Formats: sequence, C-alpha cells, structure tokens
Amino acid sequence: MNFQPLDFKANARKAMADPNLREALSRVQTNFSGRRAEAVARLPEFDQLRHDARAIKDHVLAHLDVYLERFEQKVVEAGGHVHWCRTPREARETILSLCRKVEAKTCTKGKSMIAEEIALNPFLAANGVQPIETDLGEYIIQLADEPPSHIIGPAVHKTKAQISDLFHEHHAKLGRTQRITDEQGLVNEAREILRQKYFDADVGITGANLLVAETGSSVIVTNEGNGDLTQTLPKMHIVIASLEKVVPTLEDACTILRVLARSATGQEFSVYTTFSTGPRRPDDVDGPGEYHVVLLDNGRSAMVGTVLGELLRCIRCGACMNHCPVYQSVGGHAYGWVYPGPIGAALDPHFIGIEAGQHLPQASTFCGRCEEVCPMQIPLPAIMRHWREQSFSARVTPPLQRYAIRLWAMAARRPALYRLGARLAMGALALAGRGRGRFARLPLAGGWTAGRDLPAPAGRTFQDQWRGARE
Amino acid sequence: MSAARTAILNDIARGLGRAPLDPAAQAAVTRRIDSRTRNTVPLRGQLPAAEQRDLFVSQAQAMGATVNRIGSTETIPDAIADYLAGHNLPTELILSPDPDLTGLPWQRRPLLSIKHGAPWPTDMVGVALAVAGVAETGTLVLHSGAHASTSLNFTPDTHIVVVHGSQVVGAYEDAFDMLRAKVGPSWPRTVNLITGPSRTADIEQTLIMGAHGPRRLHVILVENQTA
Repeated sequence: MNFQPLDFKANARKAMADPNLREALSRVQTNFSGRRAEAVARLPEFDQLRHDARAIKDHVLAHLDVYLERFEQKVVEAGGHVHWCRTPREARETILSLCRKVEAKTCTKGKSMIAEEIALNPFLAANGVQPIETDLGEYIIQLADEPPSHIIGPAVHKTKAQISDLFHEHHAKLGRTQRITDEQGLVNEAREILRQKYFDADVGITGANLLVAETGSSVIVTNEGNGDLTQTLPKMHIVIASLEKVVPTLEDACTILRVLARSATGQEFSVYTTFSTGPRRPDDVDGPGEYHVVLLDNGRSAMVGTVLGELLRCIRCGACMNHCPVYQSVGGHAYGWVYPGPIGAALDPHFIGIEAGQHLPQASTFCGRCEEVCPMQIPLPAIMRHWREQSFSARVTPPLQRYAIRLWAMAARRPALYRLGARLAMGALALAGRGRGRFARLPLAGGWTAGRDLPAPAGRTFQDQWRGARE
Repeated sequence: MSAARTAILNDIARGLGRAPLDPAAQAAVTRRIDSRTRNTVPLRGQLPAAEQRDLFVSQAQAMGATVNRIGSTETIPDAIADYLAGHNLPTELILSPDPDLTGLPWQRRPLLSIKHGAPWPTDMVGVALAVAGVAETGTLVLHSGAHASTSLNFTPDTHIVVVHGSQVVGAYEDAFDMLRAKVGPSWPRTVNLITGPSRTADIEQTLIMGAHGPRRLHVILVENQTA
C-alpha cells in the first residue's frame, strides 16, 4: 500500500473539515464502544478471559518458531501447503503463482488486513487475476478505489448517501439503473451481484483470525458469511496470515474467540466462526481441492524479544481505535498506512520507518483508553512513547521541538529554577489574560490557538496551590 | 521458499536468545498441546443439562435464530413443513446427505420435494444436522464430510438445522471434545460454528440481516434423546 504518513497533519486537517466524515465518525463512539461495554457487562469473566488470552499469546511468542513448525506439520498432514514469505513481494508472487497454477481469471476475497499490507489487489489485477472483495465494507471501498479506514469496518467513513451514489455509478453497467437509498436495498443488491461471482471464482482468498497448531487449522470470523462462500466454492483456498496468529490448541482458540467479538463489535459471538483444515477429503461432498497457507513475516520475526514484541499479541479487534479520541476526530485514512488508530500509531513506524511515520506516535493524547480496552492488554501508549524517544534520538524530530524539549528537560532537572520559571510565566499569563480569561492568539502557541483558545492560567502554579492546601 | 522458512525461524530464535527449535522449547510445546488445558470457562457455560438447553434456546433467539423444540425425530418433517408454510417459503428442500436426515419419514408430508447433496445457487431451503449446540452463545456446530455439505450452510436463503437435546453442551470446549471423540485423528476439512443468521453493519453501522449467507436460521431441537 502507498503511504503518506508524512502528511498526517495535513490529512488530519482535511479530515476535520469533511462533513461526511464527521457524520460517519460520530457513529463509531455510540455503536462500537457502547455495544462493547454492554457485552463486557454481560460476561462477569471478561477480565479473567483477557488475562488468559494475554497469557496464551505470551506463551506462543516465547515458543513461536516451534508453534509455526507444528502448525506447518499439521497442515501438511491434512494435505495442505504452507508457504513461508519474508516480504510482501514474496507473498504476492507466491499467491500469483498459485492463481496461475489453476489458471485463475477471478478470485473472490474475504476480508484480510494482511492482503492490504502486501498490496495484493493491484498486483493481482495487473497480472490478469481480477480480485473481487466480498465483505460488504471491502466491496464498497473497492468500488470507491480507497483503502479501508478501519480494520473491522473498512467503509466506516462512508455515509449511506455516498454508498448509494457508488452503487448507482457502478451497478448501472450491470443493468441496475434504479438508485437505491435504503440499507436493506443496498445490502440486497450487493448480495445479488456477488452471488454468481462466488460460484464462478477459481480461487478464494481469505485472511485468518487464528491459526491452530494442534489441528493445523486456519480460523476466520465473519458476520456476513462471505468468507465461507469465498473459501468453500472455488477450486483453491488460499489463506494469507501473518505468523503471530498461531495459538496452541482449540481450547486456546475458544478463549481468544470469547474476547474477540465482544471487543470488536460488542457481539456475544460473531455469526460465522470457521475452522478450515487442509483441502476437501476424497469423499467430501464439497470444498476446495487445494489449501494453501501463505505465512507472512514482513519484519515481525525481528519484533520478537524487543519492546515491540507486545504488539504481536494484537488480534485486530479494533477496540483501540473505537475508543480513541484522535481516531474519532480524524478517521482512519489520515494515518496514511494500513493500520490506523492507536495500534497503527504503534505498529506502522516499524513497517515504514520512524522517519516516514514520525507523526503517528504523536497522534495520541495519551489518555490510555486504548490500553484499557485492549483485550490483549498491549501497552500502546508506552510503545508510542518508545517511538517518540526513537524519533528524538534519531534526530527525526524537528530542531525547534528538540531545543524546546532540551530546555524543558534542563529546567525539570533543577526544581528551584523550574518553580521560579513557572511562577513567572503563570503570573505573566494570568495578568495578560485577566480580561477574557483566555487567549485567542499567543506567540509560540500558534499550533494550539489556530484551532481553539488557550485558557488563561489561574495565576498560581500547581505546586504553589498544592503547598498552600497542605498548610 | 525453504530459505525463507529457515531465515524466519532463525530470526525468531535470535529474538528469543536461543537456538531455533531448541529441544526444551519443543518439549514445552508438546506438553502444552497434549494437555489441552482449558482456560477460564464462563459459568454460564457450565450449567446443569436442562438449564443448558434453555440457555441454548434463549441465546440462539437473542442472536436472531428461531427455535422449535420438538419431541421426536419422526416429527421433523412436520416441523419443517409447518415452518415453511407459516413463513410462506418454498417447499423444495435440499438435505445435507446424512442418512439420519435422508432416512426421515418425509412421505408424511408429500407436499415437500426433497433432494440431497451439495446445493445449487437456485436452492432456497437447506436442511443440515448439527453435531453440537453450544449453550453459552446459542451456537451450532457443523462439520464437513461424506455426509455433510458445507456450502449448504451458506448458499440457501433459509437454513434449517436439526440438533438433538443430548448434543447441547455448555461451552465451546465441550463441543470440541465431542467432535474429537467423534472424528478421531482425522479432523474434518471444515468445522462451522454458526450463531444466528447472516448480517452486516457495514452501512452506517445499521444492522441488516441476510448479507451473503442465509437470511433465516431455524433450529429444530429434538428433545427425546436425552441419553
């Protein structure tokens, strides 16, 4: 995927001025976050399950090489194949050669963030294999030629009116010239159009929410049933998964599945959870004749044993972005790379480098809600702080900011100087702002006052007030 | 790509500060997989059998399925015929090719037309047999094989699933144990956990039923066989 994270500030400004996006994002808070809270409240064991889920992943990561080998062994025993790929390029080429093996003209696709990560669709299309997204949200953004803006709700940035326009524009050539404006009608139209494509496709590509070492299964979770049609009807099923998805046993899969849907959509359980193991057996009634797992590394093995290793626990539920004030203000596209929200701010710099991704770890108020709701208890703010430090020591941070931080650090290490400086500054600002109680403009604070007023301080520093209250 | 495999395994081991696939790690993994230790199982998944069936029913309904509790396998054709008539649905059925389904007394309801096997896109009503029902979330468990079509769980507009009372368990783990006992070492190609009918919330997060899978999920719970 192309990325423009250097433009995060410009992207964010543009996003804040987009009325359609404002309308679309206003729903994230009430729907995703509200429903999650209700689902969590209905399950008294939720916190214990989070604890267990984290322990499972920590155990797996400490034995990751062995688990991957066991998984591979079981896949092969069941008649499937595992393809190890270090880079997006290796993964793309592996998938293309598999498609060519069955002379594929079209492939249906279930939702996969890894497919986004390796920019699979444009590559397949350029090489004569037409990818057809089947998840409704993915289908919508494929029509719009946009990347997903949310990891579980790819079209969460689109309003119903925009989707209606898109369908009208793209479905007219299929003889569907009547404009549809209601949700049910739009869903029905997509269902009817995609139905025959499932039967016609030569290859079905899905992602994987989990890989199970005990059985060699890949697991997908959907509500629509599109992933199952995608992987059951064609001749070949290709699973594309990153290597941290593996869990030891079916019991461990149960635990993670219990926290996944509740954290993501606030459902007790997703409608379709499907375990796929190898190709169809000789006497099976249906199913794909071939089963391939493309295992993508893309720098993840280098995260093991580092501070970034904790990110490998992520199960891509999206709870962090659903609860992030920054995400809710700017939406997913502003982040500029595959993973938006707090997980993206912590993960993307690893993939694209801290120079290109320098603004992403800054895109946080450090309110800590992401970590609080993360089913895998990933310390997202701490990892963003890690990137800020990297950015500073790699001199990626702009010079003015660096001087300001140095000056602050110098003062902070000298309490007497700090108290004196703070007293003078607060006193002066209180005096200057005593009329209106706030500043609409202030030298050196243009970044703040461009978007909102700065409240005038009360006059006494916090430390002085604290001391006063104690005496 | 075996160069990639070696490189990836080496990179992981380097991060862990040990040799790749080292014997102590192998032993730990074998122990962990063989023990199949259960993690926390919610209390609601550990109720007595009768309560479990009630919870299964109420959870399945909460997820948008309809449930009919009947007393004997012989009346399954009646239950299906009545359901279809009551909802004004087609009477052509495609059965998953399981002798326990195809051998039912379908002649009791001559208006039903019966096929079995894998469905065509035109088949509107599919009937399948579950291997388990999971009470904690009202989830049905089905698997592929010589006697079961997986595509039948997804292509028809109406999906009717028969499950026996004795197959209703509390938690997902119980269902997997049942399945392990049933299939032995040859794990099926597909195991489906199905909870309610197909839906999407991809348009303005409004819940719409019948996205790509069945628009209706009807569960027939047969309660005479409490072994």
